[in-house]
Amino acid sequence: MSVVNTNQRQKIVIVNTGCANISSVRFALERLGVEVDVSDDINVINSADKVFLPGVGTASAAMASIKQKGLVSTLQSLTQPVLGVCLGMQLMVETSAEGGFQGTEDIGCLSLMPGHVARMEANGLRLPHMGWNTVTHSNESLFKGIPQDTYFYFVHSFAVPEYEHTLASCTYGNAFSAAINKNNFYGVQFHPERSGEAGAQLLTNFVNL
Amino acid sequence: MLAKRIIPCLDVRDGKVVKGVQFRNHEIIGDIVPLAEQYAKAGADELVFYDITASSDARVVDKSWVSRIAQVIDIPFCVAGGIKSIEDAGRILEMGADKISINSPALNNPELINALHDVYGQQCVVIGIDSFYNQDTNQYEVYKFTGDESRTQKSQWQTIDWIKEVQSRGAGEIVLNCMNQDGVRNGYDVKQLKAVREACNVPLIASGGAGEISHFTDVFQQADVDGALAASVFHKNIINIDELKAELTANGVPMRKRHGLTAQAEGINP
Repeated sequence: MSVVNTNQRQKIVIVNTGCANISSVRFALERLGVEVDVSDDINVINSADKVFLPGVGTASAAMASIKQKGLVSTLQSLTQPVLGVCLGMQLMVETSAEGGFQGTEDIGCLSLMPGHVARMEANGLRLPHMGWNTVTHSNESLFKGIPQDTYFYFVHSFAVPEYEHTLASCTYGNAFSAAINKNNFYGVQFHPERSGEAGAQLLTNFVNL
Repeated sequence: MLAKRIIPCLDVRDGKVVKGVQFRNHEIIGDIVPLAEQYAKAGADELVFYDITASSDARVVDKSWVSRIAQVIDIPFCVAGGIKSIEDAGRILEMGADKISINSPALNNPELINALHDVYGQQCVVIGIDSFYNQDTNQYEVYKFTGDESRTQKSQWQTIDWIKEVQSRGAGEIVLNCMNQDGVRNGYDVKQLKAVREACNVPLIASGGAGEISHFTDVFQQADVDGALAASVFHKNIINIDELKAELTANGVPMRKRHGLTAQAEGINP
């Protein structure tokens, strides 16, 4: 890990989705030496140089929180780089199969790019997919300087299958999207804030976009 | 390939890391934050912090250190101890813990598991189970309030039945503390863990009994657990995590490797 240049004056904003992993994302960015705001204020989010969309829990609860805060159209019209983390990534596509415990209907997400979140088909492997797993990628943008098959930390039972917007892949029973990208919108299924040096490098790469 | 996890466990009392033998006679090991940092740097895949007095004393886990740990370490960690409500869990998750583990409060109020699942998601709901092999009845029995010897009591549950119950309520991971083995370093209870594994479809973490590297090899190979938790062998430097992982890798147990980043890696642009 290279040392962060503290002269830089980027404005980094974590969208306060009302979800629980906001602190760990903020701390990870602060370890890189950048200043971070956590906000659900539309003006603050719009004026950010980089935006983080964190999230843990269920898609239905997170979308309800985002709607209640009136942030849907704000997030959809952002043009600066946006990074969704874990559930935050899953919210970036069109629909998710993850409702409550007994939920059966798809719920609508932010539609920042095409795609659907489905329950993982892990070929009999245990769910949640929890722990450190290897990621393969195209060695561009977010993954610059990160070797193939580097381990990242995952915790999830739902995933976006591999498709045209897959930026990196992971395999657990079946291959799925470890990272996705369309235009300025990026998402990672794993937790870079909990993935050691490789995670810190990915966050650095995002801040450098 | 998903790696098996090596999980140092730090038992916490009054803001210090402590360790007893078979849940008794606790001695102070050191301060929480530097120890957490040290384990993260040494190659631990995850950390667990148990406030062992919390449930017994009817108070919630002292929270300030959770945030201090979250600030310094870059691997996942789980906090246990006296989490009795959605609000208790929320405070700890908001301070940066990745998972919360509940034990006695789940036995007292199993509905709490469903509620935690529905609000925070299955991924952060860990159920800790203290299981004792009763030689007289030849049964595995679930105990509660094990942090305080004077209040430790048998629950009405047999271990396999409770394992099934907590999964049906939305548990995302189970840590099985085999009380007969705890702190004595004679090896994990592979027999019990194998039996539990058959009934457990979520990640299962073995706890209690690690004394040497071969114990880890045995429990991963024979009981197919997802992680192995240990305390004293790490606190007392009996086992070095890098050596442990090298030995496990050589024995075909998948372990996380820490890759060096390439020359392309760079810091934040000016």
